[in-house]
This record gives sequence, C-alpha cells and structure tokens, in this order.
Amino acid sequence: MREIRYREALREAMFEEMERDESVFLMGEEVGHYQGAYKVSEGLLEKYGERRVIDTPIAEAGFAGVGIGAAMVGLRPIIEFMTWNFSFVAFDQIISNAAKVHQMSAGKIQVPIVFRGPNGAAKQVASQHSHSVAPFYTHIPGLHVIQPSTPRDAKGLLKSAIRSNNPVIFLEGETLYGVKGEVPDEGVDELIPIGESRLARAGADCTIVTWGRPYYTVLAAAEKLAAEGIECEVIDPRTLRPLDTELMVQSVKKTNRCVVVHEHWPYGGPGAEIVDRLQREAFDHLDAPLERVTGLDVSMPYASNLEDKVLPTEERVIDAVKRVSYAK
Amino acid sequence: MAKIIGLPKLSPTMEEGTLVAWIKSEGDEVEVDDLLAEVETDKATMEFRSFDRGVLLKILVPAGETLEPDVPVAIIGKAGEDISELLAEVAAGAVSAAVSAAVPAAVSAAVSETVSAAAAVSAPVSVPESGSEGRVLSSPLVRRLARERSIDLHTVQGSGPRGRVVKRDIEAFPGERDASGGAPALRGERLPARVVKASSMRRTIARRLTESTQTTPHYYLTIDVDIAPLVDARRAMNAELEAAGKKVSLNDLIIKAAAIALRRVPEVNSSWMGKEIHYHQVVDISIAVAVDEGLMTPVIRDADRKGVMQIAEEVRDLAARARDKKLQLEDMTNGTFSISNLGMFGIEEFTAVINPPEGAILAVGTIRNEPVVEDGAIVPGKRMRFTMSSDHRVIDGATGAKFMAALKTLLEAPSTMLL
Repeated sequence: MREIRYREALREAMFEEMERDESVFLMGEEVGHYQGAYKVSEGLLEKYGERRVIDTPIAEAGFAGVGIGAAMVGLRPIIEFMTWNFSFVAFDQIISNAAKVHQMSAGKIQVPIVFRGPNGAAKQVASQHSHSVAPFYTHIPGLHVIQPSTPRDAKGLLKSAIRSNNPVIFLEGETLYGVKGEVPDEGVDELIPIGESRLARAGADCTIVTWGRPYYTVLAAAEKLAAEGIECEVIDPRTLRPLDTELMVQSVKKTNRCVVVHEHWPYGGPGAEIVDRLQREAFDHLDAPLERVTGLDVSMPYASNLEDKVLPTEERVIDAVKRVSYAK
Repeated sequence: MAKIIGLPKLSPTMEEGTLVAWIKSEGDEVEVDDLLAEVETDKATMEFRSFDRGVLLKILVPAGETLEPDVPVAIIGKAGEDISELLAEVAAGAVSAAVSAAVPAAVSAAVSETVSAAAAVSAPVSVPESGSEGRVLSSPLVRRLARERSIDLHTVQGSGPRGRVVKRDIEAFPGERDASGGAPALRGERLPARVVKASSMRRTIARRLTESTQTTPHYYLTIDVDIAPLVDARRAMNAELEAAGKKVSLNDLIIKAAAIALRRVPEVNSSWMGKEIHYHQVVDISIAVAVDEGLMTPVIRDADRKGVMQIAEEVRDLAARARDKKLQLEDMTNGTFSISNLGMFGIEEFTAVINPPEGAILAVGTIRNEPVVEDGAIVPGKRMRFTMSSDHRVIDGATGAKFMAALKTLLEAPSTMLL
C-alpha cells in the first residue's frame, strides 16, 4: 500500500480502465488540453489522444446527451461535469434518457455511462455553486449514485462504475481532491462493489453514518468523543443508491443509537432515507430517536463565517451524539 | 359534586339569550326551582330557575352578555368545593364542542382569571408524565427489554428527556445488572412472579403426565448394577471404532441391554388398554430428550434387533432433530417402553413418570466410583442404579423384578447380549 491523493486515485482509475477497455473515453469541459479544471484528468490527453479525451464547449445538455447516445450504441463514456452544479442544465438528459432508456426499451438498450465531477460546497463559491446534489439523483430509479470519501474508495468505485452497465452518478468533492489515503499498489486491480457500505471506525456506544466531506468532520469528532469515553462506530455507505443498510442495522443493534451526518439539505434525500430504514429495521433496538446533522436548510451564504456554520461542524456532531447517548 | 350550569333553552325557538340580571350572587344557597337569573329571549324576558340544590359557587358570565343555549354560565355545588377542574374544563371548551365556539371572551377571561387564582392558592402540583396507571415514556429498546424481562415500566425511574425510560435505567433496575441469571434479585421491593404463556409443548407435557400419575398405579423397583464390565466393553468398542471416527455411549449400550431384557421378560413390554392388555411384539424404545422448552420422547424402533452402532447413530440423529424441533409426529409415537437418563447431571437414582400407554419407564442414574466388596476384599468399583416405574395393572412386582434381574445380568456380563 502507498499513500496517494483522492485526485490521483481517480486519475489512476481512469487510466487503468481506458487501458483495459478501448470503448472507455472521457468527455467534458477542460478535461484535455487544460488537464482538467481540478487536474483529475492530467496526462490522459497525452496518453490517449483527442479521440478518447474530448474537450467540449460549455454545453452540458449537449455533451451529456452525446455521451448517453454513445453509451446506447456500445461505448463507455465518462462524462465530467466541471462541478455537479452545472449538471442542472443537463438534468433532462440524465433523468429522461440515461435513467429511463433501459426500462423503456424493455431491457434492449443499456446505458453504461459515468457522470462524474466535484459535488457540494468548496470554499465561498456561494449559493449557486455549493449544491450537494445526492438528493436529486438518488431520487431517480434507474440511476446508481456513488459518493466515495477516501482515495481507496474513489479508485475502486470509479473502476466499478466504469465497468457497470448502469448509468452511474459519481459524486467527488473539491475539498476531497487533496485528501491523502492508502490505496493498493499500482497494478492491483481492486474493484470495490457498488452498493456495499464500509466500517470506518469501530465503537460500541453510538453509530454514526456519514459520507463525503463530513466523513472527516465525523472522524475528528469521534476522536474527541472517545477522549470523553464515548466510542463511536462510523459507517460509510459509499454508495447512496442502491443503499446497503445491513452493516448500519447490525451496528445500531449493538449501540442502540445512531446519528446520520451529511452535507446535503435535511429535507429528504439519502440522509432521510437511511433514518427511515433504520427506524424500521432496528426499531426494537433504539434507545433514542435517530438524529441527523445536516447542511442547514438555507441557500449557501457567501460569507465565510456563515458558510462554516451551514456545513456540519464537529460541535454539532458531538452535541447530537451526546443527545442520543443521554450524556451531558 | 359540583356541576356546570349551562344557559337553558327557555323557548323552542330560542337561538340566543341575554342574561339581563343575576338574581343570586356567588356564595348564595340555591334550592331547586330558585330563581337564578333573568334571561331575555326572542319571545320575552324569562325566568332562569335552578334544577339543582347547593351553593352558587361561581358565576361564569356577567349580566349583559348574549349567549347561545348550553353555554356554561355558572357552577353549583357544595360550599367550599374545589372547582378548579371544572373551571379548567370550561376554559378548555371541553364541556360541549358546540359551545366552545360560542364562549364569549368575557367567559374565557373570567375563567382563566379564576383558574390562575386557584392555581396560585393550591400547591402547584406538576402533572407527572408517567403516573402509575398512565403511559410511560420509554425507548423502543426499553419496551422490548421490559417485555422480555417482564419488567413493569411503571416501577422504573426514567432518566431521559421528560422522564423517558432509557437503556441505562433498565440496566440500573434492581436485578437487571446480572440479567443472565434470570430471576431478578429482590432489593428492597417485592417483585411479582414473571408470567409466561405456556407453550403448547409445555401444555402437552402437563396434560399427559398429570393423566399418567392420576390414572396409572405406579410402583418402583431399584437395582444396583456393577457397571465396570459395561464401561470396559464400551472402551473396547470405541477403541475399535476410533479409526472410523465413530463411538458409542454407555446409554446406547443400556438401550440395547434393556431391549434384550424386554425380549426375555416380554410381559414388561405391554400396555393396559382399559379392557385389554396389549403385549407388544416389537420393542420400540422411547428416549427422553431434554430440549429448551421441555422434553421430547423420540422412539428407537426395533431396538432389540439393531446393532449398538445403529442405535447410537439413531439416538444422535433423533436428539439433534428434537433440539432443532424437526421431529415428525411418527418419530415420537407408539413407543412400547421408555428410558430416561439423568446420569450426566450426577443424579444417583430417581423415579420417572410412565409415558402412557407404555407399561414402564427405566430411570438411569450416574456411575458411582465407590469401594465395593469383592471376594471378601474392599476394592474400587463402579456402580450404577436403575429404577423402573411400572404400571401395576399390567406388570406385577415379581414380573418387574424379573426384568430388572435380567437387565442386571446383561449389563454385568455384556457378552451375554450376544446370546
């Protein structure tokens, strides 16, 4: 094992899959000559040329649609959105075509496409550019939605996503691109299955389910709580649809309490879905109401101090864990 | 008992009435048919007379107000009676749904003023969230644990928000720290018995064994057997079987010996059937197997004709299926004789209850290592006691004794089983 950054892990996944399968290609704004807005696709153009690494105009609906068409006739496109905020102008293509064609063609046409790019808040990109889009896309039957937190998961899940015959929404994070973590050595072809959650930290007192940027907020909060004698068990679903609740249910049966921490807004979405399933599947084991720590229910303010308050903080996580633990 | 007095409907067409004047004042004695007030209706000014006797404790609506029929206007009761509840009822509009909308501001104002005054006078009593009869706030986990451990949550002090009973309260509950032990220890308070609905297996055991002890004249014969030869025989057999990864137990050998003894004294292999005696021509031995909720008695068919190895395998299969609740009815019916072994618990001897319509049951005790007299010398010996419970209607004492003697002979000289 070696340590590499999240961005490098994604890049390796694309290199390896493009090397393995000639039908894989990358398309999006600035993915080629500029080497990617966040340098995820650095070096790909040089290696695979303009036929397989395609710079597009600023026309998300157009290149999302071209990608879906290419997938329908047998290629395996990776469509990069410079950020997921820009996917809104391609929403109709993703919802009405990518998610529907397989069903509407009675299974005759598959859409093996990956839409990927940074999701959620970065730093002071304000109302329109800070969306955590998981609730929009997890709502849609026909789509798989993945949001990896660590470099290892990013690489292993992107490789699985590229090989999947389903349209996959792959949510990265601008603040995650620089995160370092252990990833199997080059040449190790690790595929992480879609729809499998991961135990990130073991503990007997309180379960925390989290993913994406708040994953690191939670791990830091868990250390502080451990110093006060509350051991948290942290579970990362990794895939938000299809959702694997088995590990969470097992954990809640042990700890009898759970806090779900996520960046997206509180109204609906995977956070609410997890809470709904846990209250049914672990009802007789709950000693406290399930709690959520979420991005606050407002459009993201530009002011830095306010932005910090809107995103889930360590303090809010610690408070919630203590509340469900009936600790002071 | 104080009661709320509503504005009466003083004419068939009265939709509202104006209280022109109160004739009685608060504190006045009221007799039935006393004039309380004058009310102006659509027809005329009418007399509002009392249907009740008592004291006018409270005037809820001052003179001058126009009201719909049934709106509370006064409270009549005994002198000094506490009417705070009735006032709260009026304030909440609980007296009549139709009325609540019509209660004029003046009524509410008068009532709330009185209620707060009453509250100020009486000692403030906070209403408990969990009265001894009321709903107890508790977590789902606690409700499950309480169900499983038969804890009345009314007796548990909740430490969560609003007195919610949470896991740590149950864990702190007397006797629950060592919940694995089963019965909670008494600490200060007397706990009621844990009430559990009897399983159908339990009910069947109860019915059949009650019937057996009440209708079967049991008598008991105990014999002490030198078990050393059988222990040696078993050791020799298992040494032989080791290579095949198999072994036989002492109990398997005892089943075989009992089966042969039943052939030699066939009267014991019989059933009292009311007006007939059935002498069984097969030797089907029921084996008592302890399971979680009680006991089951699967049957080894033709035990007299089967080899010990086959008996051993069948016993293990039947016992495993008994514990997994996988036995079929035909596995458990039509035995002709039973064997029950409590030797593994160190029981030296015991008497068992006959499993009707079988004629007898053999109770097997533990091996006792003890000094015995052999050829005039005291030497180490192994002994085991067998007690047979017999149905005297079909097996007389001498017959039972003959069987026990035959069994003893077989067990003390295992090679004679070959005869």
